[in-house]
Amino acid sequence: MASYLVKRFLRSFITLIIILSIVFILVRQMPIDGYFQNFEKLNEAQIQNGLHEMGLDRPVFVQLFDFFKNLVLHGDLGTSRIYRAGVPVAEILAPKIPISVRLGTLSLLVSLLLGLPMGLVMAKYKGKFLDHLGTAIIVLIEAVPAAVYYLFLQFYGTTALGIGMTMFSEADLHNPVYWILPVLSMSLGNMTYYAMWLRRYMVDESMKDYVTLARIKGASETRIMFLHVFKNAFVPMVQYIPTSFLNTVIGSIYVESLYSIPGMGGLLVDVVKRQDNNMVQAIVLLFATVGIIGLLLGDLLMVFMDPRISLTKKGGDR
Amino acid sequence: MSVLKHPKIDKLEQSVSSEIKQQFSQEELFSIAPFDEAETERTGAGSYSYWRSTLRAFRRNKIAMFLLIMLVVIVLFTFIQPHLPGQFDPNAASFEVTATGQSKPLKNSPPDSVHWMGTNAIGQDLWARLWAGTRNSLFIGVMVALIEALVGIVMGVLWGYVRKLDFLFTEIYNVLDNIPTTIVLILISFIMRPAMSTLIFAMSVTGWIGMARFVRNQVLIIRDRDYNVASRCLGTSTWRIIVKNLLPYLVSVIMLRMALSIPGAIGSEVFITYIGLGLPADIPSLGKLITEGRKLLASPSKRYQLIYPTVILSIVTVSFYMIGNAFSDAADPKNHL
Repeated sequence: MASYLVKRFLRSFITLIIILSIVFILVRQMPIDGYFQNFEKLNEAQIQNGLHEMGLDRPVFVQLFDFFKNLVLHGDLGTSRIYRAGVPVAEILAPKIPISVRLGTLSLLVSLLLGLPMGLVMAKYKGKFLDHLGTAIIVLIEAVPAAVYYLFLQFYGTTALGIGMTMFSEADLHNPVYWILPVLSMSLGNMTYYAMWLRRYMVDESMKDYVTLARIKGASETRIMFLHVFKNAFVPMVQYIPTSFLNTVIGSIYVESLYSIPGMGGLLVDVVKRQDNNMVQAIVLLFATVGIIGLLLGDLLMVFMDPRISLTKKGGDR
Repeated sequence: MSVLKHPKIDKLEQSVSSEIKQQFSQEELFSIAPFDEAETERTGAGSYSYWRSTLRAFRRNKIAMFLLIMLVVIVLFTFIQPHLPGQFDPNAASFEVTATGQSKPLKNSPPDSVHWMGTNAIGQDLWARLWAGTRNSLFIGVMVALIEALVGIVMGVLWGYVRKLDFLFTEIYNVLDNIPTTIVLILISFIMRPAMSTLIFAMSVTGWIGMARFVRNQVLIIRDRDYNVASRCLGTSTWRIIVKNLLPYLVSVIMLRMALSIPGAIGSEVFITYIGLGLPADIPSLGKLITEGRKLLASPSKRYQLIYPTVILSIVTVSFYMIGNAFSDAADPKNHL
């Protein structure tokens, strides 16, 4: 188990380096004119000069090497180029991380709290009215693009709650009422996901022999559902909890910019458009790390929940 | 933007996979078959046909059939609409003559008999834009689904068939699977020139990986089956083995994945347009109509500009989704007998 863990950590680490390199190279492909405010008026020498000052005229791989050198040796992510010129990236991101983490964690919790009971009820009343109702809700949320229903949720939700469309001030950030809609928006996608999978696993489990035995034994249906079926169906579910962190990351990019929440997701869109390379790099580093740690935790959690599963035997194949 | 696998895909994949895996046990293989008089009298194969059964099961689903017909009508109409009499150019602004005799753009005009759905903030005819936008959005969705399927199948077959590539591909898979797709989507749409091809490329660049993984797993199972080894010994080309012995098993899963990635791509387009990295100004799309309409959400009299594209978009995506689901149930070999 220990050797597996070491291997797994190493693999995650290498994956992270590769992702960072890919994004680094992609970012360096951005159009040059985006780096200058008055590109049309500049002559060739001025452009070269400007690129030189930003260190962008060197070969990409030299830049890449420098980036990793600074990151590893000094923990330095560079400074922002334009978003807040000259300020270290870490300093800009530090106050934003807790906001995004709070939003992500809250929405994950809400989606579990709504999604699991929903799946449970759907499985228990399979083929009955509640099941069909649940399926209809799932189809609507899954099939209608999030980009569309978020808009309506924002508009009608803010009107119903009697608050402004977006978070503007520091005071709004501390007012829980303003958090309801962003958290709800972000949790809907994961909620349907949990409900769908739990229903499926529970239906599969309830076909098994031990359920028939429990029924013959005279156990009540509720007891069978909760004590036997749910317990077994939940084990494979565990691996999706961290995976849905990735989903949360994606949701946050849209939701944060929709509600002007000063977190990292909304910031990413902003800095990509302004070509603030160091900022893009740092945010991607954070998002990718969250994703990879999430996947790792997912596998470990599953072993923890079900001692029958051995990761070493599977050879690290997810 | 579907990072996470859908239960329907998973279920169908498992059914198909177990169908492929199904084989005789060792005892059965090496036991002497008893003489059965009835067997000698039997002529021809049974009347079971996988696709006929699938079609029959699908037809029985009334809602899915209704949505399928509606979808076909919508798709046909997006092509017919520009040729109907009295239609406007989706990009041309309409003008009105004011009291002073000057001509100015007909801005935000409510629906009437000339402009069936009114005009937008710069005087373009919304009815024409709606159908042109639906056509473009559908085109993006279908292209993304096709590219994902094609690349996924080719990569998956290579991955499974060429042993030397397995390690490399598995590592590539592990990396690509961990990158949040939206980040790639945003970066690529920003780096490349805004165009239809940019969007299609950005959306399909990560989407093929799930398909490739499934195809690879099935190729691994089926590659060294006795009948394929025998076939190879007789000189059958690899190409023929793949096309004739392997891919027919996978068609249903491939179709389901495509049906679900079309609404996904249409949704991604709305998102990319919202953050300002969408199509160029002269190509209308549902995402563009919705982003334009969103700005008018606050004034109730102009809200129709958001409602119409939203309704069409929802009909299209829900139809694809429901048809995909119904198809997966119908195509599941476990539901056939």
